Amino acid sequence: MEKQISNFIRALRSADVRVSTGEALDAARTVAMIGYDDRALMKDSLACVLAKSESEKSIHDRLFDLYFSSAPAGSVSQSAESETQESQEDPKDAAERLSQLAQEGNEQALAAAIERAAEQAGLNDIRFSTQVAYFSQSMVRAMGGEQLQARLLEALQGRTPDADAEAQRLIDVRRTLTMAARERAERAFQIFGAAETEKFRDEVAATKRLSAIEAGDMARMKQLVAKVAKRLAVKHSRRRKRTQRGLLDVRRTMRANAGVDGVPFNVIWRQKKKDRPKILVICDVSGSVALYVRFLLLLLYSMKEAIPDLHAYAFSYRLKNVDDILETMEFDAAIKKILREIGLGSTSYGQAFSDFKMDHENKIDRRTTIIILGDGRSNYGDPRLDLFRDFAGRAKRIIWLNPEGRALWGTGDSVIPRYEPFCAQMSHVATLKDLEKAVDEVLTAYS
Amino acid sequence: MAKDKKTGYEPLTSIEAITAGLGTSGYISTSQISTAVFLAHGLRKPILIEGPAGVGKTDLAASLSKWMDLPLIRMQCYEGLDEGKALYEWKYGKQLLYTQILKEKLNELLGGAETLKDSLAKLSGFEDLFFSRQFLEARPLLHAMQQDQGSVLLIDEIDKSDEAFEAFLLEVLSDYQVTVPEIGTIKAKVPPLVILTSNNVRELGDALKRRCLHLHIGFPDHEREQRIVRARVDGISDALLNQLVRFVQSVREADIKKRPSIAETVDWARTLLLMHASTLEEDFVRDTLNVLLKHETDIAAIAPAIPKMVREATGPDARGRLASGYPDMG
Repeated sequence: MEKQISNFIRALRSADVRVSTGEALDAARTVAMIGYDDRALMKDSLACVLAKSESEKSIHDRLFDLYFSSAPAGSVSQSAESETQESQEDPKDAAERLSQLAQEGNEQALAAAIERAAEQAGLNDIRFSTQVAYFSQSMVRAMGGEQLQARLLEALQGRTPDADAEAQRLIDVRRTLTMAARERAERAFQIFGAAETEKFRDEVAATKRLSAIEAGDMARMKQLVAKVAKRLAVKHSRRRKRTQRGLLDVRRTMRANAGVDGVPFNVIWRQKKKDRPKILVICDVSGSVALYVRFLLLLLYSMKEAIPDLHAYAFSYRLKNVDDILETMEFDAAIKKILREIGLGSTSYGQAFSDFKMDHENKIDRRTTIIILGDGRSNYGDPRLDLFRDFAGRAKRIIWLNPEGRALWGTGDSVIPRYEPFCAQMSHVATLKDLEKAVDEVLTAYS
Repeated sequence: MAKDKKTGYEPLTSIEAITAGLGTSGYISTSQISTAVFLAHGLRKPILIEGPAGVGKTDLAASLSKWMDLPLIRMQCYEGLDEGKALYEWKYGKQLLYTQILKEKLNELLGGAETLKDSLAKLSGFEDLFFSRQFLEARPLLHAMQQDQGSVLLIDEIDKSDEAFEAFLLEVLSDYQVTVPEIGTIKAKVPPLVILTSNNVRELGDALKRRCLHLHIGFPDHEREQRIVRARVDGISDALLNQLVRFVQSVREADIKKRPSIAETVDWARTLLLMHASTLEEDFVRDTLNVLLKHETDIAAIAPAIPKMVREATGPDARGRLASGYPDMG
C-alpha cells in the first residue's frame, strides 16, 4: 500500500511537481486516515496535501487518474512466491496457465498478472516513449513468455490439424498478452516518462537559436517564454526596502512612542524604498528581423503581462505604442495585428527615434530603463544619434538586445557600433536562455 | 450539532458532517472544501486557500468558527506587518506607570544595600517583574495560542505581507508555538485551526506552502451558486434565482477584466429583489449591471450582449426545461 503512494509521488516528482519528504509523510498519513476505498475522496485529499498550486493540481489530477486506474491493490504482494515457481515451470503448464489468463472473462486475473510482470520488469523506470516496446517485451517474458514461445514452436512443428489449431490458439494468446503488456507500458510511460520527455524538449527549445525556431515550436516557445516572464516578474515585481541602520526616522519614532510619553522605546529607522523598475521597450518588427520578429513580440507580450507598468512600442518605419494591443488581445491576434499595422516594412531607426521623441518623450525620466530589441540595421538612413544620445542622457540607461551575432555588427547597413557607446549594455541574444539572463540583469540592476 | 459544541473539534469526524455543519452556518461547501477541513483537523495542518476575490475564502473561516462555536481570531496582513503587531507587544505604558508607583517601594527595599552591587543582588532575588505575562499584550497569533478551547485563526491575504513575515510565520504554523525571548516558548494548549488566504498578489514561498494543505476555491458551478444565493438572500423567487445565476455564469465566460464573484452575485440578487424584479429583464439588467461588474470597460464589453444573454438565461436551459416558473430548482 505504502509503495503505491511512494510510486505515485515519484510520478508526481518526475512531472515537475515538487513534493518534499514531509509532504510524502503527510500523504501516507492522509491515506491511513481516509483509506483506499473512496477514490474520489482520495483524489481530493491527495490533491490537497501534495499539489500546492493550480497548475500542480491539474498535473496531479491527470496523474491520479492514470495511476490509480490500474493497480488492483492487493495483487502485488503475491508476486514473490509465484516468481520462483514460474521460472522452472514446464512449458506446457506455462502455456496452459497463460492461455487461461488470456481467455475472455478473466480480465481481473490478467490485470493482476500484468501488474506483477510490470513490477518484475521494473516498469516504473520507464522514461522515454521508445522504451515502451522494450518494457512490454520484458513484461511478457516475466509472465512466462519464453515457455509460451517454446510450446508454440513445438506446436508449429507438429504438422497435424490439431497442432495447427493449437499453434493458432497460442499465437492468439501471445497477441492478447502482448497487447495488454503494451497498453500497461504505455500508461506507465504517460505516468512516469511523459513529463521527462517534455522537460527534455523544453531544454532543447530553450537553448535553440531563436532564428531556427519553427512554426511548430511556437506553442512550446510561448509557454516557455511565459514561464520565463512569470519567473522574472515574481523575482522583481516587489518593491524592495532596506533598513538603513543609523538614520533615525524621527517622525515615525515619535508617533510610535506617543503612548509612552515620547520615551523612545521603539526606535524606527529610516527606510529607503527602492524604485520599481520603469521600463520602456522599443521593438523592431521590420523585415530585417523577420526571422526573430515573432519571438521578439512574444517576449514583449509576456513582459507586458508580467510587468504591469511597462510601455511597449513597435516600429519598422513609423513608431507606434502597442500597449493597448498587447493588453487587450490574445497573443496570436495581437501579433497578427501588430505585424499587419506596423510590421515587416523597411527599417528606419532614425524615424522611429524621432517619432518617439515627438510623442512619448515625457515617458523618459531618470528612473526609466529603455530596452531596445532589434538588429540596428537602418537601411543607410540617418541613425539620429543626436536623439539617441539625448535619450541616453535622460534615462537611467539603455539596454540593447540584439538577435544578430557580434561578428555581424557594423557590417552592411548595421549601425550598431555607433549606438553602442550610449548603451549601458549591448548583448547578443540568440537563445531563450540568453534572453532570460539579459532581462534578469536589467531588472536586478534596480536592487 | 449541539452536543458537539463543548468538545470543540469533535464534529470534524467525517466529511459529510463537515459539509452539513458548515451548512448550518450558511456556508455551502463542496467536497473539496470539506475534505480540506477534514484533513486540516486530522493532520493538524493549516489550510492555504487560494482563488479569486469574493469566492468565500474568508467566509469559510468565519463559518467554521460560527459552527464550532470557537472564537475567530483574524489577522489581516499588509505590507510592513511585523512581529509587534502580529505576535505580542510589551505594554510599555503600564510598565512605565508601575515603575513610577513602585519607585518608593523599591527605595525602601533596597535601602539597606550599601553598594550598587548589593542592590543588584537584592533585585535579582525577585522574579522578573516587568517582563512577565502581566505586561504582555497578546496580538492575534499569541492570542490564538492562548485560547483554552482552541480557535479558528484566520491569516487573511498572506500574500500582501512581506517575505520576512512569511518566514516568521513558519514556527507558528508547524509547531503551533511562539517564542517570546523574555519569557520563553508558549505552546498552544489546543492547536488552533489555521486558515490562510491568498489572492496570488505574489508567489508564496515554498517553505510556507509545504507546511500547508492547499485548497483552491474557484467560481462555483450553477447549482452551488444557486444554493449560496438562496442561503444568503431571503425571499428570492426560484425563477429569478435560476435566471440570474445563469446570467452571471455566462458573464464569467466572457472575456472581461474582473469576473464577477459570488459576493457580486449575492449583491446583484439583493439589488434585483429591491427593485421588485420577478424575472430577469433587459432594462433591469442594464440598470444594475454596475453591481455585477466593477470596471467601466467590462460593462461596455457586456452591454451589447445583454439582450442575447438575457434571452439565453430566461429561455429553456440545456436540459430543455423552462427556466421561468420551474418550481424547485436547486
